[in-house]
Parts: sequence; structure tokens; C-alpha cells
Amino acid sequence: MKPAAFDYLAGAALADAKSALAAGAKPMAGNQSLGPMLNLRLARPGRLVDIAMLPELRAVTETATGLRLGAAITHAEIEDGEVPDPTGGWLREAAAGIAYRAVRNRGTLGGSLAHADPAADWVIVMTGLEAMAIIDGPSGRREVAMADFITGPFATVLGDGDLLVAIEVPKPGVDARWGYWKFCRQIGEFAKASATVLVDPAKNVNRCVLGALGRQPLVLEESQAVIEGRLSPRDAVTQALPGRSPEALALHATALERALAQANGE
Amino acid sequence: MGMGNEGKTSGKGVGARLLRREDDRYLRGRGRFIADMRLPGMLEMAFVRSPLAHARIRGVTKPAEGGASVFTIDDLTGVKGISANSGLPGFRSSTQPVLAQGKVRHVGEPVAACLAENRALAEDLAELVEVDFEELPAVHDMTRARDADAPLLHEHWDENAFLESTVDIGFEDAARDAAVVIKRSFRTARQCMAPLEGRGLVAVWDRHLEMLTIHSATQMPHVVRTGIADCLGLDQGQVRIVAPDVGGGFGYKGILLAEEVVAGWLAMKLDRPIRWVEDRREHLTGNANCREHSYEITGYAGPDGELLAVDCQAIVDSGAYSIYPFSACLEAAQVASILPGPYRMRGFRCKTWAVTTNKPPILPYRGVARTGVCFAMELLLDAIARELGLPAEDIRRRNLVTADQMPFTNITNKYFDSGDYPQALERALEAIDIDGVRARQKGQSGVKRIGVGFSLFCEQGAHGTSVYHGWGIPMVPGFEQATARLTPDGGLELRVGVHSHGQGLETTLAQIAHEEIGIDPAKVKLVHGDTAYTPYSTGTWGSRCAVMAGGAVGTAAAALGDRIRRIAAHLLQARPEEVILTDGFAKVGSAAVSIEEVARTWYQKPQLLPNDVDPRGLEATEGYKTVRDTGTFSYACHAVVVSVDLQLGHVELLDYVIVEDAGTMINPMIVDGQVQGGLAQGIGTALFEEMQFDSSGQPLASTLADYHLPVASDIPRTRILHMETPSPISRFGQKGIGESGAIGPPAAIANAVNDALAPLGAEVNQIPLTPERVLRALAMGKAAAE
Ligand SMILES: Cc1cc2nc3c(=O)[nH]c(=O)nc-3n(C[C@H](O)[C@H](O)[C@H](O)COP(=O)(O)OP(=O)(O)OC[C@H]3O[C@@H](n4cnc5c(N)ncnc54)[C@H](O)[C@@H]3O)c2cc1C
Repeated sequence: MKPAAFDYLAGAALADAKSALAAGAKPMAGNQSLGPMLNLRLARPGRLVDIAMLPELRAVTETATGLRLGAAITHAEIEDGEVPDPTGGWLREAAAGIAYRAVRNRGTLGGSLAHADPAADWVIVMTGLEAMAIIDGPSGRREVAMADFITGPFATVLGDGDLLVAIEVPKPGVDARWGYWKFCRQIGEFAKASATVLVDPAKNVNRCVLGALGRQPLVLEESQAVIEGRLSPRDAVTQALPGRSPEALALHATALERALAQANGE
Repeated sequence: MGMGNEGKTSGKGVGARLLRREDDRYLRGRGRFIADMRLPGMLEMAFVRSPLAHARIRGVTKPAEGGASVFTIDDLTGVKGISANSGLPGFRSSTQPVLAQGKVRHVGEPVAACLAENRALAEDLAELVEVDFEELPAVHDMTRARDADAPLLHEHWDENAFLESTVDIGFEDAARDAAVVIKRSFRTARQCMAPLEGRGLVAVWDRHLEMLTIHSATQMPHVVRTGIADCLGLDQGQVRIVAPDVGGGFGYKGILLAEEVVAGWLAMKLDRPIRWVEDRREHLTGNANCREHSYEITGYAGPDGELLAVDCQAIVDSGAYSIYPFSACLEAAQVASILPGPYRMRGFRCKTWAVTTNKPPILPYRGVARTGVCFAMELLLDAIARELGLPAEDIRRRNLVTADQMPFTNITNKYFDSGDYPQALERALEAIDIDGVRARQKGQSGVKRIGVGFSLFCEQGAHGTSVYHGWGIPMVPGFEQATARLTPDGGLELRVGVHSHGQGLETTLAQIAHEEIGIDPAKVKLVHGDTAYTPYSTGTWGSRCAVMAGGAVGTAAAALGDRIRRIAAHLLQARPEEVILTDGFAKVGSAAVSIEEVARTWYQKPQLLPNDVDPRGLEATEGYKTVRDTGTFSYACHAVVVSVDLQLGHVELLDYVIVEDAGTMINPMIVDGQVQGGLAQGIGTALFEEMQFDSSGQPLASTLADYHLPVASDIPRTRILHMETPSPISRFGQKGIGESGAIGPPAAIANAVNDALAPLGAEVNQIPLTPERVLRALAMGKAAAE
């Protein structure tokens, strides 16, 4: 389990990284997902460019509607409140539940989203919060809604030479409510089932998202009915996930029930 | 026994809670493991391993560049494969080629060895080797292995079984009167042992001395020496095995690996040190497999819960090869002989098969067959109790061997040396607050349900000559030897052939020597792990070190004590019988001479000694066997309270009590540590660990992200309570308990889960207890009720 040989580049500025990416290098952030894949030789990039310390990716800026978190902000920085949390604590709590501290010290928000593990925390949480991915690539900058950013298991819209530079998290309305619940048997394990519920009356948002499905997060079409109690989480999940085993449905439905209960303050 | 009560008075002998002497070294990162060793000119070895479970090899093509550093079985001239034949009648024998020969029989089987300056380059080279496979259908399910249409792994056999055996002791007669007959199917998962350190070795050939030294992370250096010499055609005098610090073994490091033989041959051939450090993927997918059993078991009981008879058909998935030195039949042989556990019964019948499948060989893991056997027997008892409407404790009270029956010879002729099994149960019931738990269970209705479960078992440790011979194991332990010798400055060196890799022997054996001759444990040095320096021993396995190495050290130290007394008597102008060894001195009344002075006299001032002095000097090697060679029988009762989330099938451990009888405890802290560590592994067996295979024999986990080990937060606060019934057959009354903690948890936890689920008509009979299994059981319970 030793990686195949690769070159390592550590540029000082975004421009260096971009030219390296243009020349075919692969970005490396916290290396918490990439490292194991290199060791297993599942990833064999010839060149790696380290983006973890790029100032542009470490920046945090307030915008009119929310907060832009640089892609290289670590889970631990969010957990510890070293960066502002526009949601008033939801991000901090989600960050604290990722893996364990050693992973959180290095793992980054952007790396997690770019890696797009179906069971990862930011993948569902940022989809649930309707965050935007800000991408810098050969054809310039673009912004993509998180639900469109992740296109499948371990798949995103990022193309050759693209870099995820920041994530913009909208600031929820004053009476917004939120629930995030995941089922892990063990600390440090990826979720077996997860769900988020966002109820934001001021913005007229009613959003239920299921995660850990082996695919990209699923935004429930019947979110509003579930939130308003017209459709039970169990029925909603069964309808939305045809062909799943009864045990899997039970776990996903329970995750949604418990996220909903949180959002309802139960 | 030697001088008696030294330890009790000094606080450093048998029974003392001494901090482990080895821990300072480990905790400061000063241990020296294989991965820390680097020798000049050393090459690293990586393997081309089979990606297929069953295939013929049509050919191996070495790369044009670097091909000279790639070795296949055809290159390894003069090397014999590994064979370990059971002595039991009907055993089908197989040989494990050290590199695949014509065929591969499991994923991960080594096909070619590749050498380079470092491991990464060796892996690069391995990628360039092309193997032309013709895939064959694989045997992946032990229950189908003997089907008529199953492909044969070993083509000269008539079916895929190493051995089939039957035991029948008055079964028919005893079963006839049963009021209830309860039948169950139980399965345990294939697991991987996961010591922190995997296997590893450095092989060094000395061409001047024509001597092969292998530094190996092994529990059994002397046995490995024999195996290596056999495979390589060397005299045993040409082979030296050195086990440095070893990061946990649990049985995995008792096995002679093909990798060791290959490295030995390459070191000789190339005259360069060869190192192989197993990585976690090799460990999980190709090597460290263990535990997979299946039971069809029927219990016959009277109306009051008296166990009349048990009938069992058990299959052990032994994997592709018979492993050296334990053979493919250790587990199956154990199943038939230990299934009755600590219980009385009138009739017993057990048929076992050790089948071969396209999976890595299973290796004996802490607890060996006991973990599975205890699971089967204890779940069966609870099923009978539920049928009869009895509480779990009552059926055990009714059937446990009692203290006044001790020593007791059970139905399979096991000699339970001592103890009070019912008392262990009663103490566990009290500590777990059984009445309180049952009260909390009344009227439960929410999403979470609590349940309480028990398991009781004995752990036969320090298996002796007749036991291993009886099981047909090719390695049979005899007398255990130890050497005790004084250094010229009065330090004590102990030399033992067992190896310590977490058991704390550097401490406990020093305590025993102190008990015998009063030398401060701080002045005792344990020499172990090196065949050049230590007496022959079968090594560290089977909960034998405290009893066997402890007994040997005690005997050797006592013999050394006699020699010390004779010299001291001369120096003190007294008779040897008058000399008392205590606190580092030899004393007669108020006169005293230090051990140091005695040593200095023998080694450096022999002119002071008379002519009739004992010429054997201050070095004694003695052999030791227990009074009977049937093993010590420690035993334990585990009691656990669980909470089961009915929506998630998630099991949480709320409280855990272990009542353990280790006999005389040499160091109670080390006993607790052994039990606690075993418990963590047992929780892994119960809840998490499972190496699944698909129908083509592919292992479905290759990293620790997929193979789930228990982590710190999974281990509940545990109370370990002790009973100390001395064993009448060991030197200090100690009993082997090295495996105990890992035996009881799956049974106790599954029983507790079933207790919680019983009102819902659900029952789980397969470990690990994953959410999916618990949810399926609940769904079946619901369907049955409708
Ligand atoms: C033991 C363990 C347990 C874990 N448990 C969890 C868990 O419970 N929940 C969870 O959510 N995660 C978990 N993780 C994953 C962890 O959160 C990682 O931090 C995260 O998946 C990847 O972030 P990273 O910064 O390490 O990215 P890296 O490993 O450096 O990169 C991952 C991938 O993303 C690409 N990439 C990285 N940054 C960018 C960027 N800015 N733009 C474009 N591409 C980029 C890389 O090229 C690579 O392909 C766990 C990891 C480990 C090792």
C-alpha cells in the first residue's frame, strides 16, 4: 500500500495552482480522502498540487445574502468557531460530527464536497442548506447550486482544470428551523443513513434531503407535505426510494423522522 | 513451591499489583518492531497476489525490466510447501505451496515475490508482472462446500473437507425423555484478527556461518524455526528466529507464513537481508482470517429445564489450506469436545466438518473455537428457557456443575479442576442488578427496549500433552522449560521460550522469581523470543504462559535458590536448610549476605569456595508440567444490559459485568487488562466485525473503513469482579485467562438483544448483530405474529 510515484507541487498563489491544474495536476487539500486512494493506488495522479494553504481558498467573506467559506477551511476550524457560522450553529454542529478530530484537523470543506462521498456530512448538509459552489476553471468563474454540483456517487460537475474555490452558505431567515440527523454505529464511521430538514418561512423554503444513499443527495419532492405532516416520513421515503430493501428503508425513514423531530424542536 | 510468602510481605511477588515494567519502553515509543529495523543492503519484498479466489495459472510473465528481481515457485528450487497434518483418522492432507503452484485457491494467495530498494518500488515491480489465470468456480459458502457439484479445491480429494468427525456419548438414551426439543441454526462471521502491528520479518543469511536468521513478529519462535528449516531443507542448527517487540499477536503470529519461507530462501539466494512488512490490505484480504462457524443444534430438556442432551452438527470454514502448526482441524476438534461448556448433561452427540473453501485459511484467534461454541450453547440455553418460561438464570442454575462436584469430569471427559460456577452467576446477577433491570423492562413501550443477557463458559488454558495429542494437532507441548541464572553482579536473568507481546510477562515472570528467591523484580531481566538464547518451547498460545512459563520460571528459580543457599551457607558458616532468601539477601538469623555477594563469590572469587561446591553454579534450567496435563479451567460469567433501538436495529451496551475466576492472580492489574482487552475484541465479534465474500470468493472489505473494528467509544464501562479459587494443578494456583474476555461477549450480548426482542417475537441467531440483521429479525417476528 504505497502510492505510485508522483510529483508534489506547492504553489503560493491561486494562479500557480491553476497553471498546474491546466497542466494536468490533481488538487490535494486535506488529503484525508485522497491519501488512502493514493495508497491503494486507486488514484494515480502523476502530479499533485497542494491547495490547502492558498490564501484565496482560506478566505472567508460576508456577502449580501450569506457567507463565503473558502474551500480549504477545515472541518475543525468550523467546529471551533474560528470562522463565522451564518446559520447560528448548525454548521459547527455538523462539523463536530465528522469522523474524529484527527481527520477534522486536516479535512476541508471543499475537499469533502469535491470528493462527493455519498455518505459524507457536507455533501448532504450543504445540499440541505441550498449552498452554492463557486468554481474557478479554464473558462472562468461559475456558481452552481449544491444540488446540481454533485452529480452522482463520487461525481461532481468539476471538470479538468476546475477548482472549487469557495462555498456560499445562505443566511437563513430569523425563524428558520433546521434538523440534521445521521445514523453511524461508531464514531468515525460514515453514515448509514442521513437526512436534513430546513423550514425557513421567511424565504418560503421547506426542504427535506436524504443522504447516504449511494448516490447524490435526494431532495424530496414531497418535502412540504412531510413538513406539514400530510405525508409520513416513512411513506415519503418508501415512495422516493423504490427497490430498496426493507431494512434500508427503515434506516432512511428513521433518519428523516429524527431530523424532522429536531427541526420541530422535539 | 519455594520459600513461600515472600510476595505477600514485600508486595512484589505473586498477587502484587506491580506496574508493567515493559510499558515505559512502549509508551515512550522505544519499542523496536520489525518496521523499525533497517539493515545495510536490505531489500524490501512485495507480492503479486491472486486477485481471484480459484483459478488455474497458465503462466506468469516477468517484466522485461526488473524481471530478475521477480521470483515464482519455479525459481524457488529445493523449497518444500507448508504442510500440517492432523493426526486424527480420516484427515485429508494438503500442502500449501509458498508461492502459487499451478493454481490459486484464495484471493491474496502469493503468486510471485518482488524485490526492490524500497516497498514502493517493489509494489511498482509487482504491478508489471502478468499472470495468465483461468478462473474456476469458487467455493464460498461452507454449508455448500461438500455438495456433490462443488468444485474441488484439492483435486486429489473426494470432497472439500479436511476432516469429518463424530462424537456420540449416550445421546439417544438421554434425548428420549425430553419434554421440550429446541432446534436452532447459528452462524458466526469470518473475522480478521487485527493486532496493531501486522506480520513482518527481516531474513538475514550469514554466508560465513551458513546461518539463516529471521527476525520475525512471531509468538512462537521455536516452532517457526522447525517449520522454516523443514521447508528450506536446512538443519535446525542453521536457523535462528528472533522475535523483537511484537505489537500484539492474538494467534495470528503463531502461524508459519509462506512469506517467511520465501524471504528465507531469497536471503540465502541473494545474500542480502530481505524485509517484508505486511500491510493492512494483505492482512485483511489474504492472511489474518479466523472464526467462521455454522451450527445446527438441538437441545433436549426436561420440564424443569434440566438439560438432558445436546445434538449438534457444526461446520468450520477452514479455508484453503491446513496451517502450520495447528492444522485445519484445531477448531473442529475443539467444537466437539468443548460444546457442553460448564454444564452437566446426560447425552451428547456432535458431528463436525472442517471444510475447505476458497478463502484464506482460518487461524486460531484468541478464544479459538470457544467464542463460537459459547455463542451456540448459551443462545440454545436461552431459547430453551424462553420456551419453558424460565428466566435465563434459572436454566443455568439448574444445569451448571456445582462447587461440591469439583473436580468434575464432564461428558466429553474434560477435567474441571476447581471453582464455583453457580457463584459466578449469582455474583454477576447481583452486580448487574437483575431485579432492577427486570423492573425497568416491565411496561417498556418506546422505540428503545432494554434486555439483559448472560454467558458462562470455562476456558481451558495451558493445554497439556494429552489434550493436544488427543486433538490430533501436529504440535504437542511437553515440559515447559526455563533458565534462571545470576549475573556476576547479582542480577537475575530469566530465559523462556515463550514470547511476550502484550501479556506483561516481563513483569509477571519477575514477580514469580521474586516470590521464589526474593530478588527485586527490578533486577530481573527476561530474555525471550530468541531461539539462540532460550530453551525450546511451543511458544505463546492457548492461555499457557502464566501457568506453564510461570511454573517453569518458579521451578527454575527455586532450583537456583537452592544453589544460592548452598554458597550462602558456606559464606555464613551455616547449613543450607537454615538459609532464607528474602529481599535480595540470604539470611541466617541476623547474619546476612547479599545475593550480589553470592554471585560475585561464584563468578569472581571462587577461591573462597570449598571443593565440594555444586559445580552447576548459579544457573538452573528446569522443566515444568502441571500436576495433570488436562489444562487449568478458569471460567467466567458475563452479564450485559443492552438497549436496542427498534427503528434502527442499533444495539447499545449500557452496562457490563464480568465475574472471572483466574485462580491465584499473579498480578491482578494484568489479569484485568487481559480481560478488558479481550472484551473489546469480543464486542467486535458481537457487533461489528465481519469479512464478507461474494459468490466468486472476493473479500468485500480491504481496508479498515469497510472492516469495522470496535473503537474506544464502543466499549462500555465494565466491572470485572474476581473469584480466586486456586487451581490444584498449577504451581501457584494460577489459571490461564488470556482468552476469556474474547469468549463471552457475543453470547451475552446476543442473549441480551434476544431478551429485549422476545416480547416482539424476534430472535437473532447470527453475529455480528448488525442493524440489518436486527431489523430483519424484528420484521420476521412481526410477520409471524400477523
Ligand atoms: C477515517 C476517516 C473517517 C472519515 N469520516 C467521515 C465522516 O464521517 N463524514 C465525512 O463527511 N467525511 C469523513 N471523512 C472524509 C473527510 O471528511 C475528508 O476530509 C474529506 O472527504 C476530504 O477532504 P480533504 O480536504 O481531505 O480532501 P482531499 O483528500 O485532499 O481531496 C479529496 C478529493 O477532492 C479533490 N479536491 C480537494 N479539494 C478540492 C478543491 N478545492 N477543488 C477541486 N477538487 C478538490 C481532490 O483532488 C481529491 O480528488 C473521513 C475520512 C477519514 C480518513
